[in-house]
This record gives sequence, C-alpha cells and structure tokens, in this order.
Amino acid sequence: MSLNRKFIPIVVTIVLFLVMFAAGSFRYTGFFSLQVLMNLLIDNAFLLITAVGMSFVILSGGIDLSVGSIIALSTMVSASLVQQQGWPPAVVIPLVLLMGALFGSIMGAIIHYFTIQPFIVTLAGMFLARGLCYVISIDTITIDNSFYTAIAQTRIPLPGGSFLSISAIIALVAVAVAIFTAHYTRFGRNVYALGGNEQSALLMGLPVGRTKVLVYTLSGLCSALAGVVFTFYMLSGYGLHAVGFELDTIAAVVIGGTLLTGGVGYVLGTFFGVLIQGVIQTIISFEGTLSSWWTKIVIGLLLFIFILLQRVLSSRRLTLKE
Amino acid sequence: MSQLVKHHLFWPLCVLAVLLLFNLCYSPDFFSITIHDGHLYGSLIDILNFGAPLILVAIGMTLVVATKGIDLSVGSIVAISGAVACLSISKASDQNALGLILTSVLLAAGLSLVLGAWNGLLVSGAGIQPIIATLILMVAGRGIAQLVTGGQIITVTSTKYAYIGSGSLAALPFSIFVVALVLVIAVLLTRKTALGLFIEAVGCNPAASSMSGIRARWVILWVYVFCGLCAGIAGLLLSSNVSSADGNNAGLWYELDAILAVVIGGTSLNGGRFYLTGTVIGALIIQTLTTTIYMIGVPPEITLVVKAFVVLAVCLIQSDTFRAAIAARWKSRHYPAEKEVTRHVS
Repeated sequence: MSLNRKFIPIVVTIVLFLVMFAAGSFRYTGFFSLQVLMNLLIDNAFLLITAVGMSFVILSGGIDLSVGSIIALSTMVSASLVQQQGWPPAVVIPLVLLMGALFGSIMGAIIHYFTIQPFIVTLAGMFLARGLCYVISIDTITIDNSFYTAIAQTRIPLPGGSFLSISAIIALVAVAVAIFTAHYTRFGRNVYALGGNEQSALLMGLPVGRTKVLVYTLSGLCSALAGVVFTFYMLSGYGLHAVGFELDTIAAVVIGGTLLTGGVGYVLGTFFGVLIQGVIQTIISFEGTLSSWWTKIVIGLLLFIFILLQRVLSSRRLTLKE
Repeated sequence: MSQLVKHHLFWPLCVLAVLLLFNLCYSPDFFSITIHDGHLYGSLIDILNFGAPLILVAIGMTLVVATKGIDLSVGSIVAISGAVACLSISKASDQNALGLILTSVLLAAGLSLVLGAWNGLLVSGAGIQPIIATLILMVAGRGIAQLVTGGQIITVTSTKYAYIGSGSLAALPFSIFVVALVLVIAVLLTRKTALGLFIEAVGCNPAASSMSGIRARWVILWVYVFCGLCAGIAGLLLSSNVSSADGNNAGLWYELDAILAVVIGGTSLNGGRFYLTGTVIGALIIQTLTTTIYMIGVPPEITLVVKAFVVLAVCLIQSDTFRAAIAARWKSRHYPAEKEVTRHVS
C-alpha cells in the first residue's frame, strides 16, 4: 500500500505525537495515563480553538497575527462587564463572540477590498486589540461570578476514572465542526481553492471576496471563543494574557502539516499540532529540572523540521507555482 | 511645490514636525537643551538616545524589506545579543577590563551575524518564505535568550560597558554615533556602490535579476546577515543602557516597531525600493510618539492603539485600491453627473 504524498505531513505529525507520548511514558512513572492525555486537552483547549480558526486563515493563504490580542480583549471585556458592570454571563458571552467576529470581519474586509497584506492588517489589529485592553483597565480584573467559577470547576467524569473540563468539550466540538466545515461544505472547498490559487478561484467564479472576509471572521470568532474559554481557565481578565500566542498558534498549524502558502493541510493535523505542543510542555514539567524556555526552543526546532519537510515534499508544486 | 509634496520624505517629515510642534505647545521647554557635566540633556536628546536601538534595527529591516522579505526574529536577536554580552561580562572578576568588554561585544556581534546568516540561509538557500523562516528564530530565539540568562535579569556593574548605551562623546550620547556609523556605512554601500541597485533588483524580481547576472541568493543572504548584525548591536545598546539583560522582555515587539518604521519611511512591503533616511525618520516618529504619549500623561499602553491607527493609515495610503476609491469619491463630489450636464447645456 503506498501512501498518498499529500498525507505524509499529517502522518508524520501523528506518529511524532505517539512517539513523544510513548517516550514520556517510558521515562516517567505516572505519565502513561488517560488523565495525562485528557489534561493535554484541558490545558490547551483555548490553543486548540484558536488554532482551528488559524487553520482556515492559513489554508486560505493568509495569516492572522491578532489572535492573541483578541483573546486578551475577550477576557478583559468579559471580566469588566461581568465583574464591574454586573451584567449576566448569558449576555456577555454572546456579546464577546460577536465582538470577535466583527473584529475579524473588519480586518478581512480591509485585507480584501484595499488589497493590503494580511500580515500588516492583522498586525494593526493586534496593536489595536491589545491597546483596547488597557483602555478598559491596566490591572488584572479577577472574576468571582458563580457561573464562571462553576464552569471552571466542573469535571465531566469519563470511564476509567479520568475527567474532562467543559472547555475541553467546547474545544473538541469546535474541532469536529471545523473538520466538517473544511471538508463537507462549499465554504470549506472555497477556502482550499482560494489558498491553492486566488487567481484561478476568481476565474472559476468562486466568491473570493466573501470567502476571504468570512475566513477572518471565523478566525476572530474562534479567538473570541478561545478568550471565553481562557477566562474560565484563568478566572480573570488581563491585558497581558496570551502575549505571543499568535506564534504558538501558527506553530501548531505548521507542525500539524498545513502548508503556509495555503491550500494544503488538514484541521485534524492542527489538532495533533496542538497536542504535540502540549506533550512537550508535559514532558518538561515531568522532567522538573528543565525550564519553560526549553518549550520554545523545542517548538522552534520542530517548526524548522516541519517547514523543511514541507519544502521537500512540495518542491514540485512550488516550482510549478513559480 | 508639487515636486516637494511628491518627495518621499515629505509626509514623514510633516508628521514628525506636527508631533514636535504638538510637544512644544504642550510643554514649552520641550526644545530646551541644557548642559550638565559636559553632557547635553533635553527631550530631543532623549528621543535620539532611546530611539537609537530602534533606528538600528529598522535600518537592517529596510534592506530586508527591500528584497521583498521580512525579518521577524530581530526582537529575539536583540535579546540574545544583550544576554550573551552581559553574561560574559558578569562572569569575569574584573568587569571593567577593556579586553573583556571588547571580547564580549565582539562575541555578541559575532553571534548575531551567525543568527542573521541562519535566517539568510533558510530564505535564500532553502527557499522558505521569509515570514516563516524568521518565525523559527523568533520563537526559538526568545527561548535561547531566556536559557542564556537563566530566566533572570543579569545585571552588570561595568562602567565601561554602560558607556556604549549611556555614555557621551563630544557632549552627545555615544549611541547616536554608533547609529550614525552604521547608517553612513549602509548608505555608502547601497548608494555609492551598485549593491543598492542589486538589492532593489532582487526585490523586484529575483528570477530576472539572477538571469541578468546578479547573484540573487548571495544578496539575500548578506541582507539578512546585515539585519542580524544591526539587531545585535541594538541589543548591545539596549542592555548597556540599563546595565542589565532581560531575556524575557528585551526587544519584545521590536520586529513590529521596526517594520512600522520602515513602512512609515516610505519603503513598500512589496520590495524593490527602499529609503534609509525615510526609515530613520519613521523610527524617530515612533519614538517621538511614544515620548509624547508618556509626556501628556496618557497610560503608555495606549500607544498601542495609536500605533494601530498609524499602521492602518499608512498602509491605506500606500494601497492603490484605496487611493483610487478616495479619488473617485472626491471627483464625484466635485462634479456630480447632473451638474456636468447643465454645464454643457449652458
């Protein structure tokens, strides 16, 4: 049985995850348990949700640098409305999601209608969202609302004595919806077509503009949802939450095997890309002596390996493109 | 007059002038410069001194952007360079030994050359998109800087090292001379030799420039090496100014500020054209803006909101589609169709 070339990156990602998890299990006692696996989901729920949105952006050939800031802004808006204004969470959460989607769609519209590089527009968005956090407040706002604490503490029991959090369930649902959207809907196919070749997509009569704006709207929505989940996780709003998070997200997508030039990749790969980052952190915390900066170095190294791998695998495609 | 308006430095200089004028109105002694112990003191000197690292990074970034590239790793290189220099000085028994300072500075500069070469090799050798290639070092570099400093802030007590960032020469901050030297070298190399033309050719079309005999890969490699070196020197200035190295925060957001300075200076992100003086003015605008926001007592974090609008405005003005849309709106406002008809009839 020969493996289709296009599946190689995602298979490498999954095998790498399994190898790392196995290596951790052999080296540390107590590593090999269902709960450690579940903790990967619990601790990285917000990264997973953001990375899902980012996958669509990168598949469409763009990039979104504003995700970390939108997460911070979401925590900040949630915290200030719930805690300082006393609004009910049932109003605040939809409002925050709407805000994220709107933020994304405005950036998407600027990118498309004024043909400015996504890199620069989302960079401006990043400054703006981060700055707005400080306009709300410079200090941390702690949340002690009963709804938020209840969600943060709920443990959903699983067979085998382990448990998941509500955030992890939200993340899993987001991944499932994203996989369906990417592969079984017209919008998903449009995104792949747009990332493959924008000119061709336009000539084929695909709604390029609408797709592009929607992709950034989706990314903004995902970031805001991740922000809501992050609020459950941290139980506070703070302008310095999730600094540098956009890079973790992009790294997760790339390690997941998505081609940064667009058009090639899978949301499932992103899922494993996030898990790999989680495993690295878990191994480092089990090791105890190593410090957190090793995470960054290892992720940088993995990023390098995957980019080279993609470069080798897609060399034929790229020469055609040039 | 119209030629003056069209000059690429016209708008950046206007913005800078408006900012300076605003400061003058807000605090009348903004332009006053006092001499104290043979050093010049004043807001303007501060802007130059604190802006020096950004100007340096932005000069390197200009050349990278001119080749249609981008270097996201400069902030990390700033952090690594400062960390390495401070570490090697802090380990010594006599921190003021001249040889030690020179070795440390050369070590840091050498390392930043290597890091720049790494970026350059990925872009020109492996043919990876610049934004992605430099992303690797941006992620890993911050980790390396934290590794070097052990996650702590390394402080040094060397007065000789502190001289680089906060000493003064001929009454002016020494850092200004460092920046001037790098700027003059860059300008001479790119405007008095064919190198600048090569860089612009590569930025326009690497394939075509290769065919016309330019060694495009070498040009790209050296541009990243130069950018790395600039960032490394900026890291030295920054860490010596505060006599400490902070692996976590040194150079944070520098890549973005530097790109912003380059864009404000009139260099297009599409490559093929670059203005070093424009970049210097762009960096000065950013530094003045930051200083202004501090001075009028607004929380400094709001600089980010202001910067966001500046980036957006500059990019919109650079966008042909946007200009065309505005021009169309402008024309239709002055000559609505009905009026046009009546004019012809009468």
